[in-house]
Amino acid sequence: MIYLQLFISFLQIGMFSFGGGYAAMPLIQGQVVTLHQWLSMEEFTDLITISQMTPGPIAVNSATFVGIKIAGIPGAVVATFGCILPSCVIVTLLAKLYLKYRNMGMLQGILGSLRPAVVAMIASAGIAILITAFWGGRASVSLPDTNWSLVVIFVISMVLLQKFKKNPIFVMVLAGVLKTVWACMEKVL
Amino acid sequence: MKKKKLLWKLFVSTLYLSTFTFGGGYVIVTLMKKKFVDDYHWIEEPEMLDLIAIAQSSPGAIAVNGAIVVGYKLAGLVGALTAIAGTILPPFLILSILSVFYSVFQSNFFVSQMLNGMQAGVGAVIASVVFDMGSGIVKEKDPFSLVIMAGAFLAACVFEVNVIYVVIASGLIGALRTWIRGRRKKA
Repeated sequence: MIYLQLFISFLQIGMFSFGGGYAAMPLIQGQVVTLHQWLSMEEFTDLITISQMTPGPIAVNSATFVGIKIAGIPGAVVATFGCILPSCVIVTLLAKLYLKYRNMGMLQGILGSLRPAVVAMIASAGIAILITAFWGGRASVSLPDTNWSLVVIFVISMVLLQKFKKNPIFVMVLAGVLKTVWACMEKVL
Repeated sequence: MKKKKLLWKLFVSTLYLSTFTFGGGYVIVTLMKKKFVDDYHWIEEPEMLDLIAIAQSSPGAIAVNGAIVVGYKLAGLVGALTAIAGTILPPFLILSILSVFYSVFQSNFFVSQMLNGMQAGVGAVIASVVFDMGSGIVKEKDPFSLVIMAGAFLAACVFEVNVIYVVIASGLIGALRTWIRGRRKKA
C-alpha cells in the first residue's frame, strides 16, 4: 500500500522535525533515501537544491516531489497531508494550553536540548550530500576518485557565503554555472 | 467584519506570503507579524509574539505552524484550515510542475551539469548554516549542549542511527534535566 507508506513516512517527518527549515532535512533523508529508497542520494540533493530556490517549507516541497514521483498527484496529496497533520494537532493543542497556563518551562527545556542535536543531524545530512557530490557515494571515497571540480566549486561557494555573506540562492546558481562551464571546457579540450 | 470576507482575506494574504517568501520559516513568520499585526491590526503584538513562539517550538514546518496559529486565533478551526490551504498551495503547485520538468530534463547535458554543480553549492550552504548554528551553541559554553551535539553527531553520522531516535532521545534528556532542575529549586 504505497499511499499508506507515503503517509506514514511524511507523518513521521512532520512529527519529529523541530526547529524548522533544515531540521527536516535529515529526517527526509532517513525516510526517503535510507529507509524506502524512493530517491537516490543524488535526487535527494537535487530536491534540497530545488527547495532552496523555490518558496515553501522543505518538508512540503519534499512531500510533493516524492509523492508525485512515487504515486502521482494522489501520492503528493497524501504525503503533504501526512506531513502537516502533526502540526495541525500539536500546534492547536499547544496554543490552547499556552493561552490557558502561560507556562512554557518544560517545553523550552526540551527545545534547549533538541537544538544541539538538530545542528548535529543537519551536519550529518550535509556531509552525506558532500560525499555524494565529491565521490558519488560512501562506497567510493578515495583520493583518485575525487571529483575535483566540485571540490573547487565547494571551496569557492564557502568563501562567498562565509566571507562575503552572499545570498545562498546566488551562490547555488553560480555553483551550477561554474560546473556547466567546466564541463563544456572539458568537452572542447 | 463578515466572516466570509475575513476568511477570504486570510486566504489571499497567506497565499501571497507563501508564494513570495524565500528563505524559510523564520522569514515568513516575521512577514506574517507585519501583515496581521501592523497592517491589518487583527492581532495584538504581544499575543502574536506568543503565537510565533508556539509555531517555532512545535514540530513541523514553521510556515505551516505560523499559518495554523494565526488562522486559529482569527477564526477557529475553519480559519486554521483556510490559512493552511493558502500556505501549502503555492509550494504544492510549484513543486508539482518542477518535478515533471525534473524527470524530463534530468538527462539533458546542461541541466545535469548545472544540478551537479549546485550539489557542491547546496553542500556549502548547509555547511555554512551548520557553522553559524554550531558556533552559536559553542558560545553558550554549556557543556551539556556540547555533549548532546557530539553524541547526536556520532549517532547520526558514524553509527547511522535513525534520526527519529536521536530526536526522541535528546528531547527526553532535556525533559529529564528540566524536571530535575525544577525539583532542586523546590527542595
